[in-house]
Amino acid sequence: MTNHYIDFRNADVILNMGSNVCENHPVSYKWIKAAQDRGAVFIHVDPRFTRTSAKADHYVPLRSGTDIAFLGGMIKYILDNDLIQREYVVNYTNASFIVGSKYDFMDGLFSGYDPVKRKYDKSHWAFETDENGIIKKDPTLQNPRCVYQLLKKHYARYDLDVVSQITGTPKENLLKVYQIYGSTGKPDRVGTELYAMGWTQHTVGTQNIRTMAIIQLLLGNMGMAGGGINALRGESNVQGSTDMALLFHIISAYNPTPQAKHKDLATYNGMNTPKTKEPMSANWWQNRPKYMVSYLKSMYGKAATKENDFGYDWHPKLDDGQNCSWLTLFDDMHKGRFTGFFAWGMNPACSGANANKVREGLTKLDWLVNVNLFENETGSFWYGPGMNPKKIKTEVFQLPCAAFMEKEGSLSNSGRWVQWRYKAVDPLGEAKPDGDIMLELYESVRKLYAKEGGKFPEPILNLKMDYATNGKFDAHKVAKEVNGYDLTTGKLVANFTKLKDDGTTSCGNWLYSGSYNEDGNMMARRDRSDPTGIGLYSKWAWCWPLNRRIIYNRASVDLNGNPWDSKRAVIRWDPAAGDGKGGWVGDVPDGGWPPMVNKEKTKLPFIMKPHGVASIFGPGLNEGPFPEHYEPLECPVERNLLSSQRINPAAKVFAGTMDQYLTCDPRYPFVCTTYRVTEHWQTGVLTRWLPWLLEAQPQLFVEMSKELGELKGIKNGDLVEVETARGKVKAVAIVTARWKPFNIAGQTVHQIGIPWHFGWRWPENKKFSRGGDSANLLTPNIGDANTMIPESKAFMANVRKIKSKG
Amino acid sequence: MAGKSFFIDTSLCTACRGCQVACKQWNKNKAEVTTQRNWGNYQNPPDFTSNTFKLVRFNELEEGGKVKWYFFPDQCRHCIDAPCMEMAQGLGSKAITRDAATGAVLFNTKIKVSKADFEEIRSACPYDVPRRNEKTGTMAKCTMCLDRITNGLLPACVKTCPSGAMNFGDRDKMLALANKRLEEIKKKYPKAQLLNADEVRTIFLVVDDPQKYHKFAAANDTFGVTRLAAIKKMIRPLANLANWPG
Repeated sequence: MTNHYIDFRNADVILNMGSNVCENHPVSYKWIKAAQDRGAVFIHVDPRFTRTSAKADHYVPLRSGTDIAFLGGMIKYILDNDLIQREYVVNYTNASFIVGSKYDFMDGLFSGYDPVKRKYDKSHWAFETDENGIIKKDPTLQNPRCVYQLLKKHYARYDLDVVSQITGTPKENLLKVYQIYGSTGKPDRVGTELYAMGWTQHTVGTQNIRTMAIIQLLLGNMGMAGGGINALRGESNVQGSTDMALLFHIISAYNPTPQAKHKDLATYNGMNTPKTKEPMSANWWQNRPKYMVSYLKSMYGKAATKENDFGYDWHPKLDDGQNCSWLTLFDDMHKGRFTGFFAWGMNPACSGANANKVREGLTKLDWLVNVNLFENETGSFWYGPGMNPKKIKTEVFQLPCAAFMEKEGSLSNSGRWVQWRYKAVDPLGEAKPDGDIMLELYESVRKLYAKEGGKFPEPILNLKMDYATNGKFDAHKVAKEVNGYDLTTGKLVANFTKLKDDGTTSCGNWLYSGSYNEDGNMMARRDRSDPTGIGLYSKWAWCWPLNRRIIYNRASVDLNGNPWDSKRAVIRWDPAAGDGKGGWVGDVPDGGWPPMVNKEKTKLPFIMKPHGVASIFGPGLNEGPFPEHYEPLECPVERNLLSSQRINPAAKVFAGTMDQYLTCDPRYPFVCTTYRVTEHWQTGVLTRWLPWLLEAQPQLFVEMSKELGELKGIKNGDLVEVETARGKVKAVAIVTARWKPFNIAGQTVHQIGIPWHFGWRWPENKKFSRGGDSANLLTPNIGDANTMIPESKAFMANVRKIKSKG
Repeated sequence: MAGKSFFIDTSLCTACRGCQVACKQWNKNKAEVTTQRNWGNYQNPPDFTSNTFKLVRFNELEEGGKVKWYFFPDQCRHCIDAPCMEMAQGLGSKAITRDAATGAVLFNTKIKVSKADFEEIRSACPYDVPRRNEKTGTMAKCTMCLDRITNGLLPACVKTCPSGAMNFGDRDKMLALANKRLEEIKKKYPKAQLLNADEVRTIFLVVDDPQKYHKFAAANDTFGVTRLAAIKKMIRPLANLANWPG
């Protein structure tokens, strides 16, 4: 989140598209309601009418997988009606940048495409520079090669007719949303967007979010109270785990994972540290070498010296270009490419797309360690449906771990607040906190390496793993190392501005530096004061980075440092502050430089971008600098109405025997999507075992329209089977007015939806009276072209009745 | 009038069912074994049971091409003049009493009630709340969390509600809150109304015809029902005679 849940209350328009906010983030509704009470308009765009839609001022349907068409139409509407916040767009975005002559777009493809490799040469999308390497600009936005004009040209094709034909959204509904949201281009009106997996889990997931980012920039809504792009997190600490190197391509705090080609630290820094010639750009990532060296000092302690490149050689590296995302890992597992697997707090046998492939992959392992509170479908895969235990070689170990209230530590919520949490009770039985399991595991591995040597013992033997107190994992010691030390004094560093690249500082995660310093554990703060009155609560817990509650906040003021909207100022330049030198008041600003009018000393507001401004033209993503509508891999239409490119030209398609996809196939005529319900969490491993939650949502269901029910002879409460090219599950039909068929270019297209919280292991499922198996037996294992998140939100299925009522 | 009251603003309810689960947790009520088979509805359990005192009802309807989904976190109204209590007293049962301080109408879970008497008691309730445990022969429903509220805690359902739909406190304060909220919300929903506010201690605010939420959301003629209870009290000897064999 750029902002916070509490900040929803400051919005004038709340667009919830790509998530089901009231059902899946129930507490947040109170802040939406607070905005509605102020007169804000709450819009829910979703294929299905949900509990969120019931609370929205406007519910607008769209077919799954057509968000870019919907939002592309909004960009066109905003530009056609000149609703942009011009001063913001000209000064704080790259709208004025001149794009080089190699850039082009024709019939769904950008220039530089290699159809064999399904890859673009992004150098075709570079900006034009002058003799000093500075990007050429046209602040009047008139130059036909400037970003603004190219944007206008790109989305000129997205008129109401074609958008409505693709999305199935009636034109009057499109227009209504465009008008309401477009009204936030005025400096004193703000709109926010709330999304979750409904936007990410598509082959164009990243570009879904990019499209909205473009809208937010055009309307001047980034950095504002009540604005921003807000990713609603589905796990209490998924923000924290992402910050701490959960993903394969980044190590902690969003530094790229070293690859083989980065043969030493200097090469790594040289290839990964962005450079700019823009005189007013802070280009904050130029500090990367400081963060890397401090990180290596945290990893390897005293063993990391300048002479040995701070232990850089010991750090794990990817092969050049290697993709270790979820889908690739399970593809490799299925091919027998590795033998052991830790499933830690995860249930891939139910949560993984194309779960049959995952389950079959588990049979190829020699061993599997399942760390969880309960026995789940992953640990039990070997006696699951279709498995013959006698023929499965995989040895399974179950390690019981502590639940969240049985251990101390920090949690980072969606709004980047890092909150300290205390242990309430001891773990049951032999269960241990994850930290203790890891320390014991490390100690055993270390002893083996110390005793037996081995090919490359240094990464293990030199690892600094001094996080135990009296033999137990100590979360405070980890938190302090994450914050970082001044190694010359042994004191905690104040924050990341104190980090150095000479080995005199350590820091496990520069973004968290400042969270636990000599002033104490900032994450444990519980001061409820709110002097700004806009809900920043700056002394409650701690927020990365630097306790900044709304990021990009220097874009919330005009060139003089005055808020665009004084009623909900995030920051403001006070010329009298700092003994007359001037200073910012309010939130922690994105850098303390004076406002833009002070051209000598100022810096542009988007400090993490190399050129200091936000990207309307984004030449870094794999499928192009402007988002373009492509159909999901499996879709109900023969052709993309906007171009000859039906699917994302850069998406990776697997081609094994288990990787089946069928599009426009009469056997699978209905669009299908997966989702969650309030009453269960993730694969249900924690919630299916709670009888009161199971009572409220006892069983796998599939929701469909009354029209489809009639077509298929399916009545409410009937037992049905849902099938795709990859698998099938039994479910009970909920035939409802909350789903409606879509009119897609004159054709009736039906959509169905199914939650993914169930699994065969529990509850007992006698004659399909409750429970059920995972909806991910149906989903395709194709990933987004940038993130490789699976396309679980739009695929093709069939549904048929098994048994009538009674 | 003193005592306590709930104010339930259904316009704020997202049907998360935190109240339903919290009620079961505090009262240590077991879960019913539910299914979607032949049911196909988020509302589960389908109705009140002797283990289910709080139930979020879901009602889906279509009007003028628009879908509506109304949520009604149903529970005992703790009536000021409780027809169930009058009926029980008329039947000579001490199973229903009222807590003088709070006004909570309480079912004694130790006193057995015959099936026939229970049916009379249930039919006396305009909101169809009373339920009987077939095995134990005793009745059960919302207790106003008397064990909590007499110890300075909010009822479990109110404590857990994330949206502010569930409120509880002194009756005058709840009535004031309800009337203030009604006034605000009428601008957006002209049909908004409080349900039987003068007669009950569980005051619901709905934004549409109460029948669209639940058949028993509002009592159409509570005076009539109370009078019915009085009549039944009078005719009881005859009813007993009628039950004689032969």
